[in-house]
Amino acid sequence: MVPFFGYIAIFLLWPTIIVIVGAFRSSSGQPTLDNIMTVLGSSTYLQAFWGSIRLSAETALAGGVFGALLAWAVAEGAVDGVFRRQVVAMSGVLAQFGGVMLAFAFLATFGYAGVVTLALHRVTGVSVFTSGGWIYSFTGLAVVYTFFQIPLMVLIFLPAVDGLQVQWREASDNLGGGSWAYWRYVAGPILAPSFVGGLLLLFVSAFSAYATAAALISQGSPIVPLQIRTFLQSEVVLGQANVGKALAFGMVVVVAVVMSLYAWLQRRGAKWQA
Amino acid sequence: MRWIVLAVVGAYLLVPLLAMLEFSTRGVGSTRTLEAWKAIGTFPELLSGIAVSLELAVLTVAGMLCLLVPTMVWVHLRLPGVRRTMEFLCLLPLTIPAIVLVVGLSPVFKLLSYFFGDTALVLAFVFVVLVLPYAYRSIDAGLRAVDIETLSEAALGLGASWWGVLFRIVIPSIRGALLSAAVLSIALVMGEYTIASLLNYNTLQVVLYQVGLRNAAVSVAVSLAALIFGFVLLFVVSSAGSRRRGAAREESTLAPLEGGLQL
Repeated sequence: MVPFFGYIAIFLLWPTIIVIVGAFRSSSGQPTLDNIMTVLGSSTYLQAFWGSIRLSAETALAGGVFGALLAWAVAEGAVDGVFRRQVVAMSGVLAQFGGVMLAFAFLATFGYAGVVTLALHRVTGVSVFTSGGWIYSFTGLAVVYTFFQIPLMVLIFLPAVDGLQVQWREASDNLGGGSWAYWRYVAGPILAPSFVGGLLLLFVSAFSAYATAAALISQGSPIVPLQIRTFLQSEVVLGQANVGKALAFGMVVVVAVVMSLYAWLQRRGAKWQA
Repeated sequence: MRWIVLAVVGAYLLVPLLAMLEFSTRGVGSTRTLEAWKAIGTFPELLSGIAVSLELAVLTVAGMLCLLVPTMVWVHLRLPGVRRTMEFLCLLPLTIPAIVLVVGLSPVFKLLSYFFGDTALVLAFVFVVLVLPYAYRSIDAGLRAVDIETLSEAALGLGASWWGVLFRIVIPSIRGALLSAAVLSIALVMGEYTIASLLNYNTLQVVLYQVGLRNAAVSVAVSLAALIFGFVLLFVVSSAGSRRRGAAREESTLAPLEGGLQL
């Protein structure tokens, strides 16, 4: 017992407390709100937060929709089929396939000499991406993030789709409901809490991701984790050492808000199912 | 409709993987060559990065097992009231972004390098925390699947010591769960970039990125190799699980991956 809690305290709680306390301290150790005010008063930092939130929301939605569709397509098949097992195992690997390796995969696909870039050039005769650099931009980041969001959604959402009973569909058919009526009045409302819950988890996953963005974007910092990188890697302006901690604290706040929403939704969902 | 979905989403997920294969075997003109793959051996920093990451993986798995298994078994058998607290603490790393952790880690690492000197292996201390959620869920599923309460009471009644129960009763009966916890940890450690790069340690991913700036094809080849390595590991666990428990397999071995956040 004691070793476990001691370990957690040193390697998880202590760093977190350093961040939170540091966000409210001046470089000489006095309590202050200056760091937070610096973040809130700077358009660069606010834009980075807005960029992070937009990126996370967009990729959560795209990944959530495609992932849910894939989960449905898989669940339609045999329950213990080989195909289904492979999709689930592959989702397990691909959902973890982030960071540098994922960035390289997309550079090999859409980069200046990427397979798709070259193929489009050959087929259409013109370079479609006249500035092939879109993959290094915000759009590129969204496309790459969606790649790991889809399998993640499959893993999260598949159990919910499996929970749909065949009898419900039969009952709906017997009562004269078509496909639309079934999805609109039966399956839709049942799946809605799991779907929204999945979206929230995907949001957090994209919001906290750093490695993929760091490997893809070396100049400019459109999202918060990259702003924090700038703080960690460069000599900071005197008296601003703790602004990086204020940024990190801001991330903790956003994640905490989303996770509380998720916990609230889970409680509601549980009550409703009982 | 079903096939359209499978085709579109499948293409999105598979094209980048195939592109890696094409890119890393591209020769002059329209020829194929394995040069990039052969060149992997000519980058000594790449090999040492792989070695460091493998050592870290071993240390992390060992640390994770030593920390988690006795505590979880003890809580499971004797202190069920603490279970919720423990679960909360173990899942906490999922909600604290790694980049936030790095910001607060510098005093901890000053202390560590004071004790252990300047070696990348101290990263294992933090990696144990990172793999905690996945390892916890996997081991928890294993403990729930067997009736270790009855087994351990029988052993204690027959005069076994507590450590005897742990090593001769509990660990053998949850070895499948321990294997899956270990494999997930290895996969996570091999892919970690955030903490290692920001604390300036040359692990596989950090070196991979640096090599990629000079020779993209080699880095793409190594990435693909690492990905295939991950696939093989996960399939080993998944098939070991299916031999043991049949249909319950995919939920129990892959459940720990749910909500698997960033690397």
